[in-house]
Amino acid sequence: MVSLNPSSADNAHISVRELHKIYKRGSESIDVLRGLNLNIQAGEFLAFMGPSGSGKTTLLNLIGGIDVPNSGTITVDGQRIDSLSSSALTRWRSRHVGFIFQMFNLIPVLNAFENVEMPLLLTRLNKAQRRKHVETALDLVGLADRMKHYPRQLSGGQEQRVAIARALVNDPSILLCDEPTGDLDRESANEIMGLIQRLSSEQNKTVLMVTHDPVAAKCADSVLHLEKGVLVEAIAQAQG
Amino acid sequence: MKFLHLVYANILRKKMRFFLTIGSFGVALFLFGILVAIHNGFYQGIDAVEDNRLVVRNKTSLMVFLPYSYKAKIEAMEGVEYVIPSVWFAGVYQDRKNFFSQFAIETAGWVETYPEYAIDKDQWSAFENDRQGCMVGRALAEKFGWEIGDRIPLEGTIFPGAWEFNICGIFEGNKKNVDLNQMWIRYEYLAESIPFMKGQVGWYAVKAIHTDYVNGLISRIDGEFSNSPAETKTEPEKIWMLGFVKQMGNIKLILISVGGVVIFTLLLVTGSTMAMSVRERTSEWATLKTLGYGDTLVLGLVLGESFFYAIIGGAIGLGLACLFVSKGDPTGMMGGLFTLSPDNIFAGLTLTLITGFIAGVLPAISAMKLRIVDALRRV
Ligand SMILES: Nc1ncnc2c1ncn2[C@@H]1O[C@H](COP(=O)(O)OP(=O)(O)O)[C@@H](O)[C@H]1O
Ligand SMILES: [Mg+2]
Repeated sequence: MVSLNPSSADNAHISVRELHKIYKRGSESIDVLRGLNLNIQAGEFLAFMGPSGSGKTTLLNLIGGIDVPNSGTITVDGQRIDSLSSSALTRWRSRHVGFIFQMFNLIPVLNAFENVEMPLLLTRLNKAQRRKHVETALDLVGLADRMKHYPRQLSGGQEQRVAIARALVNDPSILLCDEPTGDLDRESANEIMGLIQRLSSEQNKTVLMVTHDPVAAKCADSVLHLEKGVLVEAIAQAQG
Repeated sequence: MKFLHLVYANILRKKMRFFLTIGSFGVALFLFGILVAIHNGFYQGIDAVEDNRLVVRNKTSLMVFLPYSYKAKIEAMEGVEYVIPSVWFAGVYQDRKNFFSQFAIETAGWVETYPEYAIDKDQWSAFENDRQGCMVGRALAEKFGWEIGDRIPLEGTIFPGAWEFNICGIFEGNKKNVDLNQMWIRYEYLAESIPFMKGQVGWYAVKAIHTDYVNGLISRIDGEFSNSPAETKTEPEKIWMLGFVKQMGNIKLILISVGGVVIFTLLLVTGSTMAMSVRERTSEWATLKTLGYGDTLVLGLVLGESFFYAIIGGAIGLGLACLFVSKGDPTGMMGGLFTLSPDNIFAGLTLTLITGFIAGVLPAISAMKLRIVDALRRV
């Protein structure tokens, strides 16, 4: 179960301690995160809510290792990622984290297959092995028949599913989703949420999702609110 | 190599930009090829000239002859091996456009003085035995389809009349860059046929026994004939030939300036194209980095695009230049030396790669330094 208590759960999958993040803009500095604590167990599905500008994206970026904190620690499976060098962090990220963005962030000149293959080009897998992994991932998101389609030939929901396949193809333990349904209509949003839920329950991925959408948030095991730089309450939800 | 597809897909993203950038490289490298060929046309023959040869001409002007009597006096000097009387014939073959050099020469010592020509012994003795004979370079013979035994009509200009010469032999080059677009005829024939040429020569080609004698000979020859009615000006043959090129202006400077401006323009055009195309894709670079693409890989991907343009455009431009040059010098002035060597092509490819690198390196560094969080926020 998720916990906001700094002293509990040393065996947590992801453990965040006294996290501070300050952005400097000219002479003024913004304290986005102010001593945030969080423990997450493997396979948990958490939703983060909070007003715009409250630091939700910042928190995800720090846990995903695309940004570094000013102070505090982030430990994932016993490894301190806040003190890794930039290149070590890059390697760590490619192995352990899958990112899903609001705008999908597919490469427009590559087709679905090639987009999903991108993370695998960094591995030692040969062409045949890569093909197998990509097909499995696209199959999992229900787009096996759209492999040769380019992003502009897909609907928003389909694009996001390609992006999810890309996030999954390396088999990371953590999925970070920043408003994954923010750019989708209700129906596509529901589809995507169903898919993310399945990944959490069937594939045992740890899912951290930022959302403004209460319906999407309901799919999570717990919802955390970010306010004034700290997580203020946890609402445990009934499963399902 | 597996990333090549991404480079290639990105380059083809905007067809118009693709063709314009390739075209810029193509045009610039085509021009480079032509400029180099022009340079070769003017200067390459000079590089092939032996250092132990001197040319003695009339101090007043090349248009004024020297007495034949100087030959024996120069021959008597220490360090002189051969002295060859020569005259510029300037005949026209069918049409003025068919310009090529014709030299009226004495045959004695010629073969020894000009070892850069490969001359068949039997053909040469046929030339020595035929006062109306001539020797032609391989390139010239091929250009006009001449063969040994053909009779070549030339319309005289300096020496009026309808002249005819029998081809006794066809010579080749013993090394690179030898001008094979020339014809040699017999000095004796000219001197006998034209009354005002009797006892006159255009200039003397002098072969020194060794290059060490060259400087001493220059002052000795000019000193010997100073205060005479026909004072001489003696120079190494290389300097003499450079003088001809200089008469047409500082060709080297012109070529380098034009080439420099073209390459600089190419740099500006491709550099700003690369900068623009990289900036447009800020969020894509950020996405790649998020997926685990490291700094050097991102740097390489951008440079790869730049190199791709450079190699394809450069190869097309150089290829077209080769094709153009293979058709020969369009002005007819530079003779058979209007060529591109493999070294020149290699230099062109190096130039295109360096240009590609410079055009791509700043955008590549900016893509490399891009911070993911900033880039993703900008979307
Ligand atoms: N790279 C950055 N540079 C400067 N300020 C930033 C940067 N990222 C975020 N911020 C600021 O930090 C605050 C939190 O941003 P963010 O984490 O994106 O909020 P949320 O995702 O909750 O809307 C905002 O005030 C934002 O302007
Ligand atoms: Mg956000």
